Amino acid sequence: MSTAIALPTFEDVIARFDPVMGMEVHVELGTVTKMFCGCSTAFGAEPNTQVCPTCLGFPGSLPVVNQMAVESAIRIGLALNCTIAEHCRFARKNYFYPDMPKNYQISQYDEPIAFDGWTEVTVDTADGAQVFRIGIERAHMEEDTGKSLHVGGATGRIHGASHSLLDYNRAGIPLIEIVTKPIEVDPALAPAVARAYVTELRELIRALGVSEARMELGQMRCDANVSLKPRGATVLGTRTETKNVNSLRSVERAVTYEIRRQATVLDAGEKIVQETRHWHEDTGETTPGRVKEEAEDYRYFPEPDLVPVAPSRDWVERLRGTLPEPPAARRARLQSEWGFTDLEMRDVVNAGALGLVAETIAAGADAAGAKKWWLGEIARTANERGVGVEESGITPAQVARVEELINDGALNDKLARQVVEGVLAGEGSPDEVVAARGLAVVSDESALASAVDDAIAAMPDVAEKIRGGNMGAVGALIGSVMKATRGQADAKRVRELIVQRLTA
Amino acid sequence: MSSISRDEVAHLARLARLDLEPDELEHLAGQLDQIIGAVAQVSEVAADHIPPTSHALPVTNVFREDVLRPGLTADAALAGAPEAEDGRFRVPQILGEEQ
Repeated sequence: MSTAIALPTFEDVIARFDPVMGMEVHVELGTVTKMFCGCSTAFGAEPNTQVCPTCLGFPGSLPVVNQMAVESAIRIGLALNCTIAEHCRFARKNYFYPDMPKNYQISQYDEPIAFDGWTEVTVDTADGAQVFRIGIERAHMEEDTGKSLHVGGATGRIHGASHSLLDYNRAGIPLIEIVTKPIEVDPALAPAVARAYVTELRELIRALGVSEARMELGQMRCDANVSLKPRGATVLGTRTETKNVNSLRSVERAVTYEIRRQATVLDAGEKIVQETRHWHEDTGETTPGRVKEEAEDYRYFPEPDLVPVAPSRDWVERLRGTLPEPPAARRARLQSEWGFTDLEMRDVVNAGALGLVAETIAAGADAAGAKKWWLGEIARTANERGVGVEESGITPAQVARVEELINDGALNDKLARQVVEGVLAGEGSPDEVVAARGLAVVSDESALASAVDDAIAAMPDVAEKIRGGNMGAVGALIGSVMKATRGQADAKRVRELIVQRLTA
Repeated sequence: MSSISRDEVAHLARLARLDLEPDELEHLAGQLDQIIGAVAQVSEVAADHIPPTSHALPVTNVFREDVLRPGLTADAALAGAPEAEDGRFRVPQILGEEQ
């Protein structure tokens, strides 16, 4: 479905409407095994090789709760300043869809393990950084569904498919669903606040070590609820739920799009349909999702195959003791340690490179060098390949090694870039790339000396200026030497040699 | 006493993907009504100090260590599937053409 009518601009819409948002984020926990059985959760295995009678819903099988998943859920709840339930049950959510072989999903309904919390996010505004407190409604435990492959329709879509193929490796992986309270902020900042919230949540989840929260792998998935109310109205508008919002950038774009689309509908005097919509990264639009015939009638009831979870206060307090430094506090600390400006720090965080930069610095690199590589060469390559920086193929230790080689004078900037390129291309460690590509700086003094002599001989007029005290002219000679050595000379040493010869 | 209508039975049947004939709906409406009536007697004796009970056992926190246990091979998992393709369970069309 393409947009027939031009949408009003975002600026125009927010001058007349107030958006209200609600974010639902699913996080796949990084436990070794699934929520209710001992099958592996590893990503990328052959289809249906990480399954058992329980996660396939075979008759007679029974679920048993993974303690680590419960601990992770409690830690997430605590990190989001939630109350941890003293007693909570699992619930059966009944629906017929082949992604759940049991024909129900074990979830939590009226008794989530964590509820009523908050987290703070920071957004840049024209008036500087502004902090928003996002209320957390609940965080509950459930299990992931299997993966469907739709065959025979256009581009793998379910509509028009002749049949579907199911892989249940993912079915039963522990999921934590985190739901915010309604978010009402300065309308102009709404999309940015939504993005900042998901960014903050990702940092928090990673800091807790409960999941890598890689959105491109579906380890963290975001649904954005959006509604509009005319300025001054007190009654909430009808909301839509946009699914498949699976990158930070998409969060901002999808919310912006949906705000504009709803305004178009309301401007035409029509009503918003309460529905699930799908975000399309390529077109930047949302389209109506599958028709929900009776879909809301899940007939939840307490899961009879599992006893309740009743975390003792001792246990909860012990888990509270394992919480990491809150991300905001950590960022403030690192920023002051590294001497970064607000803008520099924000770039690092937005690139998802905070942990990587920190590890690189811990491995011996200086802050500026670490930032330069992760936000430059490496981010560019990762971006070209459509992967996260952490997947670029170079480790913090390797980046630190490249910096070390520069400081030792074994590489200059240009060569170092080639080394990083080589590592990113899978050619091995920095030292292996240096050896294989023959990238060491020319440190053979006699070779360097003769290249310097050649350059002086070739540019007598420049040499004369330098003899006359015009040191600004040295650059031309250095350039000539660098060219002659195909960039493999240490520019600092070349300068020294030139100056020695012409001013001694 | 609650009473359950024929329409409600039809709705439940649809949710459960049961294809019931009109006379079956009628029949089941009567039966379900009796069952609900029987169960409802509990609320007559349950006083305020008796909380609703969802589990018969006074047991909580039954957990398992996060340790791998061998599961099934793909062949074994698919052995009982009516249809399989490329190591996956093959299921009939889920939704029709786009509306």
